[in-house]
Amino acid sequence: MKDDIATAEQIAERARWMRRRAMQMVHGKGLGHIGGDLSAADILATLYFGVLNFDPARPDWPERDRFVMSKGHATGVLYTALCAAGYFEDELLESYMAPGSRLNGHPNRNYLPGVEANTGPLGHGFPIAVGIALAAKLDGSDRRTFVLTGDGEQQEGSNWEAAMVAAHNGLSNLTLIVDRNHLQQGAPTAETTALDPLDAKYAAFGWEVHEVDGHDPAALLARLGAPGTDRPRAIIAQTVKGKGVSFMENLAKWHHGVPSDEEFAIAMKELA
Amino acid sequence: MMDGASPSSTFDCRKAWAATLEELAASDPRIVAVVNDSVGSSNLAGFQKAFPERLVNVGIAEQVMVGVGAGLANGGKVPFVSAASCFLTGRALEQVKADVVYSGYNVKLVGQSSGVAYGELGATHHSIEDFAWLRALQPLTVIVPADPWETEAAVRWAASHDGPVYLRLSRMQVPDLGPDANGARSFEPGKARVMREGADATIIACGTTVHLALEAADSLAGEGHDVRVLSMHSLSPLDETAVLAAAATGAIVTAEEALVSGGLGGAVAELCAAHAPVPLERVGFTGFQKTGDVATLFADAGLSGQGIAAATRRALSRKAG
Repeated sequence: MKDDIATAEQIAERARWMRRRAMQMVHGKGLGHIGGDLSAADILATLYFGVLNFDPARPDWPERDRFVMSKGHATGVLYTALCAAGYFEDELLESYMAPGSRLNGHPNRNYLPGVEANTGPLGHGFPIAVGIALAAKLDGSDRRTFVLTGDGEQQEGSNWEAAMVAAHNGLSNLTLIVDRNHLQQGAPTAETTALDPLDAKYAAFGWEVHEVDGHDPAALLARLGAPGTDRPRAIIAQTVKGKGVSFMENLAKWHHGVPSDEEFAIAMKELA
Repeated sequence: MMDGASPSSTFDCRKAWAATLEELAASDPRIVAVVNDSVGSSNLAGFQKAFPERLVNVGIAEQVMVGVGAGLANGGKVPFVSAASCFLTGRALEQVKADVVYSGYNVKLVGQSSGVAYGELGATHHSIEDFAWLRALQPLTVIVPADPWETEAAVRWAASHDGPVYLRLSRMQVPDLGPDANGARSFEPGKARVMREGADATIIACGTTVHLALEAADSLAGEGHDVRVLSMHSLSPLDETAVLAAAATGAIVTAEEALVSGGLGGAVAELCAAHAPVPLERVGFTGFQKTGDVATLFADAGLSGQGIAAATRRALSRKAG
């Protein structure tokens, strides 16, 4: 939907809807990963409504831009983005993680249009994205590939294999976005296995590296929409886990915490 | 391709694999090869020379190798991901599971130098667990060719099939097995080849053990035993009809260059226990193998014409009892 690029204000509005809907899904089912959903909402909204070239009526269109959701646990934000992008009706979101639902706890491309890979185990999406970008390069196509990983996910060694292969092959059509919310499941990344200096690591691996405010659609739009150079591009999006809900922000326990009815009411008020 | 070879000739099936892939790639631009610094061991130097841009060498990095394969398939390519099978199936097992089979991508995984081909290098480099690991992943077609002709047929079939495939190749010298018992040659996954007819017992083998099974059947014929031999080139899907027909001969022997538990012997045992209990002797490996040349490791496991014949005699005696 490249021809229909949203403004930063429109992207912010879509992200607000995605946050509210994801909150309803997680509260309704009593399962999910709301902290990471909220941290990635502005990134996905920017991609789907301001950057990616795709056609929900033709999910297999060969020339579509690809988005690989490597942090596959954040299905609340992925499914709401795909729904808002027109891949399926809102009604389907009601079946989130229900028995036999197409909306599995982690995405499944065989059930759901718009999903590029069955991610979930961490460190898988980035290597797959490298292969997707290689295929585009072999075809001489200008289609682009974007992949989002969590920041804790960067601890998986497969990412660094992928980083080397992408740089070696000059994959200027590939953009890695790291959802840098500084928290993993149980603790801050800095207290688990520290990642910093993440920017210097990617630069040393031969990548073009940028930092961006992961909650500023205008900044994300400018950065994600910018043309590539001769190298793959890493964008470290500084985010807040639980963004938008005061009592969830920056707390690891909301990685997969589920709000009580009372907390849900407050959260929806804050996200209004 | 191998017609005219003398019966005593033996072949390294990697040549058939590489020649067939090069031929197919010449007419199908979707075919790409992905390797982990394994151009030489995969016999892909010719492919690399002919199609340099279509050979992706990720270096010594099996996880990204398999992930890249899935991504290339997403982009419409037909990737043949080729590496020593011990690393392809062990190191990258989760990528094989999630990125290829569960995601349903059209990736061809090609395990080279499988089994105990790297005998002296020890159990880290043996790939005898792969049958058990990959048979558990459905729907993944697992093919174990026994000779150059089956190898060529398997590569052609894999290239034409839309779905994940594991080709388990060997670098061991094997003879050309010639036509099936019916005088023809046909290859279809899920359909065992009857290499020798027989009614007293059936030896079910795959890959490097099929010619040993035929040797065993020859020697048993001299003792008056009429033994059927199957090339079960497709471990998954298993030819259940052929296994149940084997059970009807009253005694079964399985022979494989792999762990018996979870492998071909395991698959046959599961099926027969449920549907047609029958005396069953399983020849193969039962754990990590010590260092040794291939011939020694085979002999110690009973993977020889004599060893398989002895197992068949045991099965026949249980049948009689």
